Amino acid sequence: MNSFFKYFTDIFTGVKSLLVGMSVTGKYFFSPRAIVTQQYPENRKTLKMYDRFKGEIIMPHDANNQHRCTGCGICETNCPNGSIEVIPTRIDSPEGKKIRIIDKHIYHLSMCTFCGLCVKTCPSDALAFGQEFEHAVFDRAKLTKILNQPGSSILKGIE
Amino acid sequence: MAFSIYDFTSFNQAIDKWLYDLLPPVLALIVEMTLIGLLFLVFYAIVGLFLVYAERKVCAFMQNRVGPNRVGPYGIFQTIADFIKLLMKELIMIRNSDKLLFNLAPFIVIIASFMAIAAIPFAKGLHAIDFDIGIMYVIAVSSLGVVGVLLAGWSSNNKYSLIGAMRSGAQIVSYELSVGLSLLTIIVLAGTMQFSQVVEGQANGWFIFKGHIPAFIAFVVFLIASTAETNRGPFDLAEAESELTAGFHTEYSGIKFAFFFLAEYMNMFIVASIAATVFLGGWMPFHVGGWAGFNHIMDWIPPLFWYFGKTGFVIFLMMWFKWTFPRLRIDQLLNLEWKYLLPINLVNILIMAFIVLMGWHF
Repeated sequence: MNSFFKYFTDIFTGVKSLLVGMSVTGKYFFSPRAIVTQQYPENRKTLKMYDRFKGEIIMPHDANNQHRCTGCGICETNCPNGSIEVIPTRIDSPEGKKIRIIDKHIYHLSMCTFCGLCVKTCPSDALAFGQEFEHAVFDRAKLTKILNQPGSSILKGIE
Repeated sequence: MAFSIYDFTSFNQAIDKWLYDLLPPVLALIVEMTLIGLLFLVFYAIVGLFLVYAERKVCAFMQNRVGPNRVGPYGIFQTIADFIKLLMKELIMIRNSDKLLFNLAPFIVIIASFMAIAAIPFAKGLHAIDFDIGIMYVIAVSSLGVVGVLLAGWSSNNKYSLIGAMRSGAQIVSYELSVGLSLLTIIVLAGTMQFSQVVEGQANGWFIFKGHIPAFIAFVVFLIASTAETNRGPFDLAEAESELTAGFHTEYSGIKFAFFFLAEYMNMFIVASIAATVFLGGWMPFHVGGWAGFNHIMDWIPPLFWYFGKTGFVIFLMMWFKWTFPRLRIDQLLNLEWKYLLPINLVNILIMAFIVLMGWHF
């Protein structure tokens, strides 16, 4: 007898839950203003990507053209694809010591998979993800970028 | 030649008479058949293109998207562009496949749907062929399509195709029963299997209202079972993209794939128009018994509008199912049919027979 009632309650609860589902999609259908997708080429001017979006690797520079990269090369060793090359150089510090600073931080965007290991492992937080995502170019060579800006120097107190 | 948008009988008879006067009888018959075939081909192309566009738009709105919006205003030419692309695709011949059956399968599928659409009344007198046993004929030919699906799966020499085809076979064999029984419920009420008579019988109220609750249950069961019969979601086990790539038509490309695609949408159109004809009165306007003035206003709207409106409504319902419910597993599918739909249907037809016997219907 119990299974007999269960059979009918199954039918009615089943129909009820199906109707609940249909009411949800029905509401969406009859409210076309609730579009959640981005109308990309049209809203290019106003498009704001999200903070966690991984567009490309950048090296933030402050107003005095100073970055935080010490040229240690940890990002280079951690990169699984070898898309980062750190070329350090040695200069004389004011105290008369030879110190290691960065000459070129070369980033091959064409090889990058945006795994984020370089950003995660950087001991001085010199790297970050940028929001730019329109990377298409006509020449492959343009995908190789030098992240430290010309004439930039390291921020004091990082070494 | 009296042309009227409300009654095509005299118009068709005039063309028929003119052809038979002009040509010897055999030739006239061939010309008539060719004309109707061409008309249906054009109809297929238009309806198929429109349905694909409608489906993409409906599904987009239900998922809070915009859908196709690039080709033409609101993307209305998207399906035409897709069709041109399909026509230009290479027809890939699969090595070690059964060449004859592989090439035959899409034609069987599309011919089955052509045969089914012939029996459907679009308006008064606008009817390719009016069988005495029209409903039975439609049930019979609409299940022929599965032969094409099975052949496609078998001849492709591909495990996905074979699994998809076998699922489709199991599915159609079981759901065919529910389709037949739910239509039988209405045949009991209508007292005829002829489509024109079925529509005429709804002049003073559609069968879904005349038959009380049993007719409504039969309508719901028919919707579920016919969705399963056309291999549409949530019963699209035969093509189940996430499990079987594309099921039975995995190995098809170009125009042969387009045939399967078109047949799927046309089968949806056909079952929707059967549902509209049998349950919702077909081209018959909305009439309430006794309200002469109201009925007269409703008569003023041409039957073609009523027919396409009702069919569109049923198609929308089927799209609504498809884009709401998740796909059933094969055991759930067979459970639904044999444990729920079939017993409900059998009891339902008994109740309907009792109602008709006691004369409780309107």
